[in-house]
Formats: sequence, structure tokens, C-alpha cells
Amino acid sequence: MTTVAGTAEPAEPAGPAEARAVPAAAARQSLASRVVARTGGGVLRVLLVLVALFWLMPTVGLLISSFRGPVDIADSGWWKVFTAPSQLTVTNYRELLGNDAVTSSLVNTALITVPATLLVVVIGALAGYAFAWMEFPGRDWLFLLVVGLLVVPVQIALIPVAKLFGEIGIFGDIIGVVLFHVGFGLPFAVFLLRNFFAEIPRELLEAARLDGAGELRLFARVIMPLGGPAIASLGIFQFLWVWNDMLVALIFSNTGSQPVTVALQQQVRQFGNNIDVLAPGAFVSMVVPLVVFFAFQRQFVSGVMAGAVK
Amino acid sequence: MATAATAKGPAASGGAPSARRRSVMGTRRWVAGLFLLPALVLLGALVVYPIGYTTWRSLFDKAGSGFVGLHNYASVFSDDSTLTALRNTAVWVVVAPVLATALGLVFAVLTERVSWGTAFKLVVFMPMAISMLAAGIIFRLVYEQDPARGAANAVVVGVHDTFAESSAYPGARPRPNGSLAASGGGSYTTRDAAGEGTAVGLPLIGVPAAKLPAGTADARQATAGPGVTGTVWLDFKPGGGGEPGVIDAGEKALEGVKVEAVRDGRVVASATSGTDGTFSLPASAAGAQLRLPASNFAEPYNGVDWLGPTLVTPAIIGAYLWMWAGFAMVLIAAGLAGVPRELMEAARIDGANEWQVFRRITVPLLAPVLVVVVVTLMINVMKIFDLVYIVAPDTSKDEANVLALQLYLSSFGAGNDQGVGSAIGVILLLLVVPVMVFNIRRLRREARR
Repeated sequence: MTTVAGTAEPAEPAGPAEARAVPAAAARQSLASRVVARTGGGVLRVLLVLVALFWLMPTVGLLISSFRGPVDIADSGWWKVFTAPSQLTVTNYRELLGNDAVTSSLVNTALITVPATLLVVVIGALAGYAFAWMEFPGRDWLFLLVVGLLVVPVQIALIPVAKLFGEIGIFGDIIGVVLFHVGFGLPFAVFLLRNFFAEIPRELLEAARLDGAGELRLFARVIMPLGGPAIASLGIFQFLWVWNDMLVALIFSNTGSQPVTVALQQQVRQFGNNIDVLAPGAFVSMVVPLVVFFAFQRQFVSGVMAGAVK
Repeated sequence: MATAATAKGPAASGGAPSARRRSVMGTRRWVAGLFLLPALVLLGALVVYPIGYTTWRSLFDKAGSGFVGLHNYASVFSDDSTLTALRNTAVWVVVAPVLATALGLVFAVLTERVSWGTAFKLVVFMPMAISMLAAGIIFRLVYEQDPARGAANAVVVGVHDTFAESSAYPGARPRPNGSLAASGGGSYTTRDAAGEGTAVGLPLIGVPAAKLPAGTADARQATAGPGVTGTVWLDFKPGGGGEPGVIDAGEKALEGVKVEAVRDGRVVASATSGTDGTFSLPASAAGAQLRLPASNFAEPYNGVDWLGPTLVTPAIIGAYLWMWAGFAMVLIAAGLAGVPRELMEAARIDGANEWQVFRRITVPLLAPVLVVVVVTLMINVMKIFDLVYIVAPDTSKDEANVLALQLYLSSFGAGNDQGVGSAIGVILLLLVVPVMVFNIRRLRREARR
């Protein structure tokens, strides 16, 4: 592993992860930089506050718009509510949640996302464990293949998998959407978990084995619990990935099995006319990812760091 | 690449030497096979086999029965819509990752200096958690053309009107054959020269009385002299009955209209009409013609046509930056935490200013991280689909086209040609092959160490 600390040579490669290994550096702030920070601090602070507001603005605009009636939206921008707060109404949401197509698509999103996440974690962990701790011919070669598949674009598989699903009769079913997500989630899952599992101290496994644990028991009682952090990162990453997907579901689901992203995109064509459905719908579809994001920031960040390559 | 470079945690030494890690106490091979089976079956059926099939399929025609060799690839590079898609994807791949990384770098460096840097990062990073569909809807709202509704144009028009005078009465014009005549460029000039001591009437029509601000005063005949005086008013009597060119009772004043005195093509004086429509020019204006410049009548500035054919791709790239600058920022901030502070301090003590420290020390030290971020974003941008699909309105969808969208349209949309669709898929795959090779070689290098 390359190291950064104590070298004056800038050419030394340092991945962000290596960098994270030295978090103490962040705490050390020099006197000089503190002085500079204080003098230029005022302008900088104002600038950063402005940037933060600028970044929040689009989302706030959507949120406020979702609480305005269609007539008001067609007439003026969302900032109008600051002078006319009486415009705020929950009618859009009431109608949205009374709309069966939308509510069933929300259910579909959950029905797709939860299994697709669990399956990737379980199947990925089984394979990761095998790659990390079992001997079998062609192991290294197979693992390199998995690594090679990390960056394969989903687009390459759309046509053949649509044909395949059609032949086995699951085209349009939720199960097809789930399987596709599992397939394309696996390379990253196997890669991440194999590397994590490989670092588990050998003694722990040997001790468990001496206690008479079989392969499955070892996996369930030792590997999975110790792999917690990596599994959490992977799970959150995959969860958000699948929840937010539109392309895969656009192709592999039908009217009965479509998730909320697909249901909403059909309304986008008549954007102006459907804004009273689109704005609250988009916001409802964002709530779960945002809750997950705020609740598990740390795991999300390390998941993203590990492989936002997809 | 980013994967191999950054996936760490406790697994810091990536591909630990396989020789050192023997199987835990001789697991039987068929057990290993069982553990691997689900993953290998799914990867084989859903990833590996499709790569082969798509490559093969790209050599066949629309129906899938006639072998056409590389013809589909030729048509990708000659057909108008795919050429636009290729060009736009190239623009995306070159521009978006670099801009996102630059923004992320600036944010990462600046947030280190404030105590609430974490809160700032959270705000900028948040859009990564939401779907491109939601982001697309958000930006459709932002880019709404009407400045009364779209935030982007509201800001643009606000800034524009602060620096450029907005016109008072768009659409206002004199009666034909009245005292004013069109004088080119949208301005109107009196037919006769204005004399001192007489009040000039400048009647206009074409402004709906209802559009005048509430409480607009009635027009008043200007008092004669000194200098040149006159009235600008709306020569329309509500209820009818007024005489053209004469200020009838109840006719409204037009306030804020600019009046210029022009002699020999030069403006010698100018004034603006008051609340009762009257204006007065100095004596030097006597004998000049009075002109109402075009700025009085110009249509109001309506902002930028963000989602029109010319700007649609930059506008969508803007939405992408909003989503992904946070990603770059978080990775770079993590890299920054590992940069030795001593170097920066030493440079400051040697008299380097902040810019020099940033340019000569921070950026070079971060170079490896920056490369990782840029390449990761490039892979991501190459496949951009949802955002373009949602943000680009039907009228400029062709101009916003990208490869992944064209693949979808060719394979499953109106194009209905899976041969061409497959060819585009193979092109997308070929574009990431260098990264694949890099990932594998890096892993092998680590395994050997």
C-alpha cells in the first residue's frame, strides 16, 4: 500500500482511502492557516452560505411547488408563497395518494428494491466468502473476471436479457426487474465483500472451526456479523441504486409492475399539465432515499467511495 | 478504476496475496462451488452472456436474420441522430466530469476552513441520494421559460433588468397619420419641429387601459414654456367619444416615457414624462424634433431559452453538476485529509500566498485523487440517460440526444432496430474497456506484492 505521510514527492499516488487512514491530519490545523482563515473568513463564509442556498434552492422549489394548486403553479413561481402563504394546500398530495396507479407503483418500488438489495447482499456475501477463504481451481482467474465486470454498462445487456426474460416468461414481471438489478449489482458486491472478508483475522475463523462450526455456520455466525460495516455500505448503496433506477424498470416492467419512477416519467411529456402530479410524486419518491441518506450518511459515503462506478 | 482504487475500509490491501491466505482448513471443492453457484449463474446469464449476444447481434440487421457485418457501426457513424448523440456524449464526457471535479475541489478546499463544513458538505452531497427522475423534474421547474415561473429565468431577468432599463410600454404606438411617425428601429419622431412656448402633444395608443398601473393619473395639458414642454398620454377615452390627438377628460397619462430632442440626428436634450404625462425640455431643444426612443416600447426581456435547441445540453449538464459535484467534493475532501499539513505550512512560512499554496502544493498532492474522480465521473457520464430523457422537452430532444438515450430509442422506441441498438451498446462497452484493464492490472499488481 502506498503511503502519503511524510513525503515531499507529490507524484506518490494516494487513493482517497489511504488518505482516510490518516484522519488525524484533519485535526491538525496550523497557526498560519488559522490566521488566514480568520482574515478572509468573512467573505468565505458568506460565499459558502450562498452556495449552500443555491444548492438547496431547486429542491426547496420542488417541495413548495408540490404544496401549491395547479392553477397557482401555472400562474407564478414557487417563491410567490412567501407573499401569499394561503396558497399552500395538501390537495395535490391527497389526490396523489388517492391515485391507485401511483400508490401501487410505490408499492412496486418497495417490492423491487427490498429483494434486489437482500439478494445482492446474500449472494454477494456467499461468493465473497468463497473467494476470500476457500481453495478451488481457477479462483484468482474468476475473481479477476468479476473485477473486470465492475464497469460493464447495463446498456449492453438490455436487448439480450429482454429476449431471455421473454423466453422464460418473466418479461414484465417484478422478478425480472429484481433479477436484472441483482445481476448488475453482483460484481461490486463480490468485489467489496471479498476484500473485506479477506481482512478478517484467520484466528477467529480457526477458533470457530475448532469449536465444530461447519461452513454455513461459520458464514452466518462469524463472517456476516464481522462483515457488518461493508454489508451496510453495500446494502445502502444498492438500495438507493435500485430505488432510484428508471432505465431498467422502463424496459423490464409493465403497467402492473412498474415502479414509481416509471409511472412518473409517463407524465413528464405533458409537463405543464401534470405538474400537480409530478411535483408531489417526485417528492414522495425522494422521501425514502433522503431518510436513508440522512440516517446512514457514513455508510453511504463509504459505499459511494468504494464504487460509484456503476 | 475508482473501485479498485478506493474500495478499502479494512480491506485496505485489496488483493491480498492469495498464497498467504490458504483455504480455512480444507473446505471441500463442491462446498466452494455451492457458495459460488448463485453468483456465477446470475453473472453468467445476466452479464457475461449478454455481452457476447449483443456483440453478435450487432452484426445482424433489424430483423436479426441477415448478416450485415459492420454495417450497423457504419450507420451509427453516419446517421444524423446517432451522430448528434455521439457528439453530445463526447461533449458530456469532456465537460461534465472536469467541471464537477473542479467544483468539488474548490468546495473541499474551502469547507476545510469553516467550522460548519460538514453541514455544507451534506447539503451539496444530498442530491446524490435522489433519483435522476426526481432531479429531472426539479430542473424542469428551474428551467421553466416564463420568468414568472422558472427560477433560473427569474434570476436572469432580475439581473438583466437591474442593469438594463426595462421598457415602460411594450406595444405602444402612435395613431397612423398622427403627429408622430415611425423613425426606424422601433422609435417614433414628431413630424414637425417643436417650438418654444407651445405645449406638444405626444399621443400613443396600443396599451390596454387595464394594463396601466392602478392609480394612474389623468393626462394634463402641459403649461407652455419656458423651454419645450408637452404631454405623453394614452389617446384613448374609456367609453369612447374622444377626439384623436386631443387630451380629452379621462384619458390617462403615460408616466416614465423617455422623450429625446433630436436635431440633425443628434440628441440635444432628453426628459422623462411625469405622473401626469408632462415633460419639459430646456430651451436648447427648441426647433428640434421630439423622438420617443425604441427603449420605451421594446418587448420585456424574457430570459434565456434554457431548454431550447441550442442550450439544452449545457442546461442538462448544469443539472448533472448539481447532482454530482458533491460526489467529487466528498472524495477530494477525504484525500485532502491525508495531505501532510507541514508542506503547506512550510510554504506559507516561505511567503507563499493561499493561491500559490493551492496551485503548487494542494493540487499536485491531490492529483491521484483528482484522476480517480474524473475517470469515475467519465464512466458515469458516458451512460447518462435518465436526466436527458426527463429534462429535454420533446421539442429539443433530438438536439439533446446522447448515446445511451439513442440506444434505448433504437432498441425499444420508435427506431425499432436492435442491430443498431446493439452496436451502440458495444461502443459503450468498448469505451470502458481501458478502465476494465486498468482495474484488473491494478489488482494483479497488488496481489503480487
